[in-house]
Amino acid sequence: MTDQNHYHDIRAQEKPPVIKKKNKAGLCPGQNHYVMIYTRYERFWHWSQAALIFALFFTGLNIHGTFSLISFKLAVTIHTFAAIALIVLWIFTTFWNFTTGQWRQYLFKEGIFKIIRFYAYGIIVGEPHPYKKGLQRKQNALQSLAYMTFMLIVGPALWSTGIIYLLYDLWRDMPYAGVILPIVAFLHTAAAFMIAIFVIVHVYMTTTGKSVLHYVKTMITGYDCVELTEAEEAYIRETQSVSIIE
Amino acid sequence: MRKSATALCQLAAFLFAVTTGSIAALAADDQDHDGKSGGTADHAKFEELKKDFASGPEVTKACLSCHNKAGDQVMHSIHWKWEFQNEKTGQTLGKSHVINAFCGNVAANEPRCTSCHVGYGWTDMAAGPPKDETKVDCLACHDRTGTYTKIATAAGAVPVEPVSPTAKTITGAKAVALDLGKIARSVGLPQRENCGQCHFYGGGGDNVKHGDLSSVLFQPTKAVDVHMDKDGLNFACSKCHVSNEHQWAGSRYDVKAIDTVGTGKPGARRDVATCESCHGASPHPIDTVAGIKLNNHTGRVACQTCHIPSFARGGVATKTKWDWSTAGKLKEGAPYHEEDFTQSDGQHLHTYLSTKGDFEWGENVTPYYAWFDGQVRYTLADETIDPTKTVEINRIKGSPDDPNSRIWPFKRMEGRQAYDAKLNHLVYNHVFGPETDSAFWTNFDWDKAIKAAMEHVGVEYSGDYGFVDTHMYWPITHMVAPKEDALACAECHARDGRLASLAGFYMPGRDHFSWLDIIGYLAIAGALGGVILHGLARVMMRGRTKH
Repeated sequence: MTDQNHYHDIRAQEKPPVIKKKNKAGLCPGQNHYVMIYTRYERFWHWSQAALIFALFFTGLNIHGTFSLISFKLAVTIHTFAAIALIVLWIFTTFWNFTTGQWRQYLFKEGIFKIIRFYAYGIIVGEPHPYKKGLQRKQNALQSLAYMTFMLIVGPALWSTGIIYLLYDLWRDMPYAGVILPIVAFLHTAAAFMIAIFVIVHVYMTTTGKSVLHYVKTMITGYDCVELTEAEEAYIRETQSVSIIE
Repeated sequence: MRKSATALCQLAAFLFAVTTGSIAALAADDQDHDGKSGGTADHAKFEELKKDFASGPEVTKACLSCHNKAGDQVMHSIHWKWEFQNEKTGQTLGKSHVINAFCGNVAANEPRCTSCHVGYGWTDMAAGPPKDETKVDCLACHDRTGTYTKIATAAGAVPVEPVSPTAKTITGAKAVALDLGKIARSVGLPQRENCGQCHFYGGGGDNVKHGDLSSVLFQPTKAVDVHMDKDGLNFACSKCHVSNEHQWAGSRYDVKAIDTVGTGKPGARRDVATCESCHGASPHPIDTVAGIKLNNHTGRVACQTCHIPSFARGGVATKTKWDWSTAGKLKEGAPYHEEDFTQSDGQHLHTYLSTKGDFEWGENVTPYYAWFDGQVRYTLADETIDPTKTVEINRIKGSPDDPNSRIWPFKRMEGRQAYDAKLNHLVYNHVFGPETDSAFWTNFDWDKAIKAAMEHVGVEYSGDYGFVDTHMYWPITHMVAPKEDALACAECHARDGRLASLAGFYMPGRDHFSWLDIIGYLAIAGALGGVILHGLARVMMRGRTKH
């Protein structure tokens, strides 16, 4: 124990303080703290996933025959590489989610109807957001549900059909291969349309923060205003495990 | 088969240039990788050949005195028998049996058609090819002087003194007396010139039948044929169509449509003439996504489909339509012709002949595509046809569900030809035979021409004839383009691409689910509209809300 405490003390002395004082008081109203809620990995994951999904969607439409902005060959090449990259990213992120415990963020939360009511009506008439962001509650109930659906249904529908599609050569001589292929293509296309709708709504929702670019900024810097419980605050100050700007 | 004088004059002039100019050069050229023939005998030194010969069979007799098994071997080949027993369909095929969409049939027109036989003096189909080994024509395939020819209308005879001043060779050139002794002393392995003399002129003229075999292939550029490129690989036909005891690999009647075995290294396989026999079943480089994807195509798409983007390339057109029903029209009692098609080399081609009817021609023709398992079923004269529909002279077998089928390119010949209007059979016709009064080309009387041919073959004929639309399919496999000219993906992977009408399978880029697309695009539009409306509502309400 003594050794451990000693070690801890040395670390605390050697590392720069995580709690930065930048005279930014007033960044967050009330009891909120300006805290880094999205780690570097989460942001990397988010933006690289966004780029890959856009690349996949547009090359996918090109392959699908909706338009021919680039050659079929180039579209297939980009689509294939982007798909492999996205699958690798997802595998790694799944690993990350489970090792960090962040997967709990996606669990179902109560109060979803309040959130729906807020976005349907409250936001227009200027009601305050019914959901209080916290360190362990980065997402509101609607977000959790949407992302959970994305990660458990639409995403897997896309990558599983995509992989089956990609490996067509391995199963093309199976009986009913000719029937299975269009089903796979159908599910893949349908899931792609769902992603497109998800992205449209998702991008629009980024404009519903304190300012139009508030959430985008959050997703770039990682910092947002969240409520911290006394215990959380004490823990953070003790361990300096999360960056706070005061 | 053809006696159309004026067209042949022009053809002859063109061919004269080809056969005397470039082919002389070709004779000195070995058409092999290294320019060596591989032979071990100088035929000029054989005593048996050091003399003048008065006829083809005399030369053959000399050949057989050393090559004592060659005669028997040739007489067991399809080149000799013109008969092919297709074990898979049970049909007896071959030139001596099938009816085609061109001149129709060999039977009853022998001396014209059998001028291309690898033998001398086959004057009656019913009697079969000659039984005598000395009637085998060694020189047709083994002449290396580039001068050997056969008279177009004399059942395989060669021109020797005195030659009739009107005599023509198979290729349409003016026939001149041959120096058979000189030819015999300079024999060697067959080259494109030998095979091409007959195979480039099927149907009675340059590139008429196949579409992918024309006189252009005597000296092709790389763009026309990457393998036969005169300045490149310069392959002889036998590089792919390897032989074993005078039997050749590769058959139009029993096509190896898919070959998963691939290369037979070391040494070439002798049972097939497929692309895979040299290139293997995964010929594309695997260091790119596109290369891997292309290799994934090889089990479904024949190499030819992408690598022969069009046929009848290089300047010689192919006949694409032949309507016999308009034949026989005369002007002031005399046959006439029209020449309304101009080939890219400037030559005018017949579009009407009193002897043959109306034609259409095409150059750089986009193939017709179909699933093909290698088998075609011929509509022979004993088969009942439905004259209200287009009759398939040969039906391509194959299906997208069959792992032994692939998508292949074909030349689709459109025809309109005679049939028995009561019995609903295709008929044989007798067109060539200047000395008979039943030959259509002499008397323009279908009734006589058909009756004579049917009697000759021994098939029942009701005496009533009509004309029926026909399609005939020719697998395209020559004129392989350089890889830069291979089809781009979107040629097929597109809504209205080359395979637009090929049903029964799903292909990305071409196929989609219309209603899923409609729902999908509507949902996207709905989502966009929804967020725009929502955004507008927020903007409009901003001033009035409690902050």
